[in-house]
Amino acid sequence: MRPEAVEAMLPYLTERFGNPSGSHAVAREARKALDEARDVVAECLGAQPGEVVFTGSGTEADNLAILGAHASRGGRVVCTAVEHHAVLHACAALGGDVSPVGADGIVDVRALRARLGPDTSVVSVMLANNEVGTVQPLEAVAATVRDRAPNAVLHTDAVQAFPWLDVATLARPADLVAVSAHKFGGPKGVGALVVRDGTRVAPILHGGGQERDRRSGTHNVAGIVGMAAAMRATVATRAQTVARVTSLRDRLADGLLAVIPDAAETGDRSSKVAGNCHLSFAGVESEALLVLLDGAGVCASAGSACTSGAIEPSHVLVAMGVAKGRALGSLRLSLGVTTTESDVDRALEAVPAAVARLRETA
Amino acid sequence: MRVLVAMSGGVDSSVAAAILLEQGHEVVGVTMKLWGGASDSGCCSVADVDDARRVAQQLGIDYWVFAFTDDFDAHVVEPYVAAHAAGRTPNPCIECNRRLKFDRLLRRADQLGFDAVATGHHARVVASPDGRLGLRRGADRAKDQSYVLYVLGRAELSRCRFPVGQLTKAEVRGRAAALGLRTADKPDSQDVCFVLATGGRRAFLEPRIGIHPGRLVDTAGREVGRVDAVELVTVGQRRGLGSAGGPRRYALAVDTAGATVTVGSLDDLFVDRVRLSGLSWVDSPVTGPVLVQSSAHGAAVPAIFDGEHVRFAARQRAVAPGQSVVLYDDDDVLGGGIAV
Repeated sequence: MRPEAVEAMLPYLTERFGNPSGSHAVAREARKALDEARDVVAECLGAQPGEVVFTGSGTEADNLAILGAHASRGGRVVCTAVEHHAVLHACAALGGDVSPVGADGIVDVRALRARLGPDTSVVSVMLANNEVGTVQPLEAVAATVRDRAPNAVLHTDAVQAFPWLDVATLARPADLVAVSAHKFGGPKGVGALVVRDGTRVAPILHGGGQERDRRSGTHNVAGIVGMAAAMRATVATRAQTVARVTSLRDRLADGLLAVIPDAAETGDRSSKVAGNCHLSFAGVESEALLVLLDGAGVCASAGSACTSGAIEPSHVLVAMGVAKGRALGSLRLSLGVTTTESDVDRALEAVPAAVARLRETA
Repeated sequence: MRVLVAMSGGVDSSVAAAILLEQGHEVVGVTMKLWGGASDSGCCSVADVDDARRVAQQLGIDYWVFAFTDDFDAHVVEPYVAAHAAGRTPNPCIECNRRLKFDRLLRRADQLGFDAVATGHHARVVASPDGRLGLRRGADRAKDQSYVLYVLGRAELSRCRFPVGQLTKAEVRGRAAALGLRTADKPDSQDVCFVLATGGRRAFLEPRIGIHPGRLVDTAGREVGRVDAVELVTVGQRRGLGSAGGPRRYALAVDTAGATVTVGSLDDLFVDRVRLSGLSWVDSPVTGPVLVQSSAHGAAVPAIFDGEHVRFAARQRAVAPGQSVVLYDDDDVLGGGIAV
């Protein structure tokens, strides 16, 4: 976590442990912290404070957006094939339609257009992909939605985008915007959904109606305060971070591609967020690669983890038309605010060695 | 030594990991995720993965999950389904040992620099005075699992460890309890892990191959009754084949293509030999007098193996085609094959 976030949270885990829904002095203190956090989050997301709904996760924010908007409108739901499972499965639960992406991972706007109609009620297109980092052309998507599905609301999952992109500007065409605190140095278990004025979402959690009847449940004050602090720090330093991490990522990706035979980069780097380095290696199994890298002090991932902890073949790579053998040999090295030159050096040493070992012993 | 322990989430593999640690080995636990479908038993359910991971945490060892679902489908589930479609009675656990635990996992272990793979099987790897490795029944005869391991050769045995093979099941549970392992009182798994206890084989096979009614005929070919699921009949089975008040009938042969089950008396069921295919030997091929076991917990009976047929010293109930027949010298596994 970002130190700013930890520091901001601590008082609300200790002496200022009030419930903001109360009316006494301790509660009012918590309420003030909550209100101030809401102002910060709204500003960082390009929204009005009243448009911010705090949730328990990015997943909850996505579910509230899709299930909540659908519940108040009916109609058909559409999302892209590369959405996070929080969106994909929420849409599937409503019998929604899935729109394809190209080999570059970018939504095929013409194919999306063909799936839209006057009865389309919710369209969900992520801002940046969580596995391969591809940034989606939200402005073009929004224009198509306005044209072909005038009754639909546009939701964007900006969870992965926030550390890298000016979400306040880029997500402006969307009616609903989801973020998650731990993706930008805040605590786990806190998220937010922007619900633009005039957009109705029915609650999916029923209870005390804390978030203007859009979401119930006692506020996680410390978590929300931590998210706001992490958000403020992220926005303040985003331009420098992106510049620094882009050069680290380029050194990493170029370095690995230069020394490892039969390696490929997934997607087009010019349309990816700075922190994403996604490669695939022929004749290598990701599962074994991750174990060797873990042993060498490199924490990497591949695909997404299922409930048992096993690695599942990536639906994102399948949607991009990546061959199965390639998809099973994929590697995602994520870079972030804390990544250093020496981390990159270590990966540049460990990954080629691990790939070579696995190929020798295959 | 670096040892990769296959942890199913059961008590035997939990204690296997603990014993290897006590012996000073570098131990890592792994659960193979084998079956992608629904599961309520065996080593494939999320609850079992949870148990395996929690035991690894208790022991303070690293723990991984490997997804071998594609290999499991291709080498265990599909042949299991095909065998039933052909009226045979498969041993999927043996194919899982042959293709997954002691092939796929062993190769993965090699790649990752492990010296051996360990499991919680009740069996023993022994070395003869000249250093040749052998496979022996587990010390607890009632829990012995050497039958399902006959597919291992010396090459595999040299890289296998069965740490609980020396112990009785009671001793295993005692060790687990003494260590405070959460799996100490967990019941033994019994059934094929990908077939649900609710619904059983029928619910698993019906959508895959269809289950068909058929005729019951006597040994002269005369129709004597009907059976509602030909694909689920096993040679030697009595249940569901009788006629009210009539003589007991046993399945002698299953012909799924002709939707016919041949039935006869218990005496008709007895045979003096069984032919084997797909022979596998622990060491070199053996002929001559052997002890023969043809089910996981059956008795071993004396016989002569001539290289193709097992000739029983005394007539035995017929072995269902598809079942593994394992040959022993006293308590040592020589090898085995699949009944034709």
